[in-house]
Amino acid sequence: MTSVQHDSEADRQASTVDVFDPKVSRFDIVKEGLRRDEIEIITYESQFQGTNSKAEKRVVRNIAFLFIISGLAALAFLGFYIWWPWRFELGHTMGDYYTPALGLTLGISLFALGFAILAWAKKLLPHEVSIQKRHDGASPTDEQLITGQTAMFVADELAGGVQRRPLLKGAIGLAAAPLGIAAAAPLIGGLIENPHKGDPPPLFSTGFNPVHNNGNPVRLAREDGTPIRPEDISTGGQATVFPGIPGGATNEFADSPTLLIHLRPDDAEETRRNAEADRRNRGSMYGDYVAYSKICTHAGCPASLYEQQTNRLLCPCHQSQFLITRNAQPVFGPASRRLPMLPLGVDDEGYFVAKSDFKDTVGPDFWERP
Amino acid sequence: MKRRKVDLAQAPATIARGTDERFQAATPLRALLNKVFPDHWSFLLGEIALFSFIILLLTGVFLTLFFDPSMKEVAYEGAYPALRGTEMSAAYESSLHLSFEVRGGLFMRQMHHWAALLFMASIVVHMARIFFTGAYRKPREVNWVIGIILFLLGFFAGFTGYSLPDDGLSGTGLRIASAIMLSIPVVGTWLSAAVFGGEFPGHLIIGRFYIAHVLLIPGGLLALISIHLALVFKQKHTQWPGPMRTNTNVVGERMFPRYALKQGGFFMACFGTVALLAGLFQINPIWLFGPYRASEVSSASQPDWYVMFMDGLVRLMPNWQIYIGDYSIPPLFWPAVVGLGTLFTLPMLWPWLEARKSGDKRIHNLLERPRDNPERVGIGAMALTFFLVATISGANDVIADKFHISLNAMTWAGRLGLIIGPPLMYWLAVRVCLGLQQHDREVLAHGVETGIIRRLPNGQFVEVHQPLGPVDDHGHPEPLPYGGWVVPKKMNRVGALAPAIKGFFYPVEKPAEAPVSPGMPPVSGDEREEITSGR
Repeated sequence: MTSVQHDSEADRQASTVDVFDPKVSRFDIVKEGLRRDEIEIITYESQFQGTNSKAEKRVVRNIAFLFIISGLAALAFLGFYIWWPWRFELGHTMGDYYTPALGLTLGISLFALGFAILAWAKKLLPHEVSIQKRHDGASPTDEQLITGQTAMFVADELAGGVQRRPLLKGAIGLAAAPLGIAAAAPLIGGLIENPHKGDPPPLFSTGFNPVHNNGNPVRLAREDGTPIRPEDISTGGQATVFPGIPGGATNEFADSPTLLIHLRPDDAEETRRNAEADRRNRGSMYGDYVAYSKICTHAGCPASLYEQQTNRLLCPCHQSQFLITRNAQPVFGPASRRLPMLPLGVDDEGYFVAKSDFKDTVGPDFWERP
Repeated sequence: MKRRKVDLAQAPATIARGTDERFQAATPLRALLNKVFPDHWSFLLGEIALFSFIILLLTGVFLTLFFDPSMKEVAYEGAYPALRGTEMSAAYESSLHLSFEVRGGLFMRQMHHWAALLFMASIVVHMARIFFTGAYRKPREVNWVIGIILFLLGFFAGFTGYSLPDDGLSGTGLRIASAIMLSIPVVGTWLSAAVFGGEFPGHLIIGRFYIAHVLLIPGGLLALISIHLALVFKQKHTQWPGPMRTNTNVVGERMFPRYALKQGGFFMACFGTVALLAGLFQINPIWLFGPYRASEVSSASQPDWYVMFMDGLVRLMPNWQIYIGDYSIPPLFWPAVVGLGTLFTLPMLWPWLEARKSGDKRIHNLLERPRDNPERVGIGAMALTFFLVATISGANDVIADKFHISLNAMTWAGRLGLIIGPPLMYWLAVRVCLGLQQHDREVLAHGVETGIIRRLPNGQFVEVHQPLGPVDDHGHPEPLPYGGWVVPKKMNRVGALAPAIKGFFYPVEKPAEAPVSPGMPPVSGDEREEITSGR
């Protein structure tokens, strides 16, 4: 909005039009208003030659047509909305076209309305060129000075007054700082959760921790909770397994999903050699079976694409690739840490168990990971 | 006492007078009605963002009436048979309910999502327009900064929004968000625990994202959009150079009636576009993704397009881990935290950096054509190339799959492209700008190419040029000064061809009579004779 005031006496005197004169036309009064707003109107002319020209009639017809289209499409929208079958049913049904019909009719209606308004504005309303003055830059220097001095005066009254009264200075400081913290504390304090709290600490343990099974080794289970035997997985096959505890396959144990792989004998040989050479993965394999955490060490997506031919695990989120035969070391992509290996064993009944929890930290990396 | 007659014809005047007595509205209202706006198609881009935001508010309110922001596990018993009996969160269940069992619910959901994509897209294009024309220069630096904050808020509004349905895809996005928080040195684990209320995923995140998405972020957007528009109003819009246009005026139309009416029409067209997209093009079919399970993900897991550059940067980052004693900084930290921070703060500083470098502290109300500031265009081309390579890399697995390219090759191409692409595009953009400038100067100096080739007596061929200005005694054009505005480059731009006759199927106007030279009257049909061989 223009900040310039035009109601000064001088301004009124400069007026060439007496707006109260009943003989003055409305457009002349408008022009007087423009003058007061520092606008000069250069062109304001109809886009048609003469009144009621053929071209004008045609434009009016087109605009009317668009308005009618808009109304009809809106009616069609309402018709579809009310009467078209919309409930979801299996298979190819009329209901499949409900949303497209709504979109098409509403879209056409709004488009026609939009174009009608645009055509009206662009074609029927007179073509106009106006020039308005800008008032850029700073306020007058005396105004700047006065405002500055006023601000300084206020500051002086408050801050200067405090400066002269040292007792007040200390007291305000003592009041403000604790109150500021006190105001912020309940807002932030309630949100703080100690990530290292709990036994076992959740950041470093999964559902395979024997704590969840009264200190006994936790079985490996399918998503439905049934335990799994070595012979359930054929050579070269793999299965996603979860801790065999209540809720083990839910998001309560989001770090626990594990990939159990039955390697081919030659691959298993190489994997075992590399695992035995590693301090923490030593003895974690069971026969030709190996189990790695499915949670990518990069950003926590499930690294679930198993390339049987190359023995790689690929994470579909950021394409980190882990080599199964070499302790699941990352071989490509942004991951910097290997997938933890789950120490496998078999219990008396012949089901897979985790001999202990993962020895490496599962999931995305963080600052204080040991 | 006699009851006065109510004069209905006088009512508007009476009400207006009464309003003015209370609010002194007459003068500011007139100034508003009279305010002059410059017009150019590129000034519409920001309006599209505003219109999409209004659509987002309208459709979003509808969605809240049906959405249940709860992570309580329920068994699905709704209309979609494929998921019946599946355990899922109440948030996902209510999203499915909204999609299948609310009349027009899916249409509204898709409208909301499409409007969000359009909102972000128009912000980016609007920002590019502002940048390449130098509209951010003094006195408009603050509005540039506000615009970038608006993009950032929109980014988070989008992320929190598409996380809410708690489907398989959005849960994966949340997991990555948690990993990004974890990657921050020292405070990472504490930050993630504070946001998620403990270990990922916890039971609180959907409720927290919900309040952020429907109250906190839109509140911020609304406040900043208001300030953004108020500043445009106060500082008046920039304009292109041209006839009558100076740094101290605005040439255009008054806001009312024509300009405002056109805006109304554009809003309807924008709304219509969103409605068509929402009806005809499926977006985010959450029922296909299933509920979020930490163990499940499918390939082609992409975020919405405005988050894809982040995902791309994360994919391209080499696996460099930094160890400091017993502590470490994972590679995820650099693109996702440092990268995002830099990508948003550096552009904010740009107006001041440029002013400092050029020493230009003047006020600029006239836009610059991109070609007239090659260096700026180069910088912009660099930024866009970086953004584009990162965005494409965010879908590199899909590209690798569809075009049978090695995934690793795509990653390496992205890594190299991110480093080589921007400087290359800088050089290219600067050369193109200089070339365009050169051509303008050439036309100003020699005139427009007419396409008429003349053979000189010595056998040489020359093209005849139409000078744009006066010529000297020898008929050579006097060089015209470079004005930084459009130079006519074709003969029909200087009136060599008559304007086209209006009308699609038949002419609605009679074509203007061609002027007849009295010295050479047109040849009439009767006088013509058939040409014969003469034998």
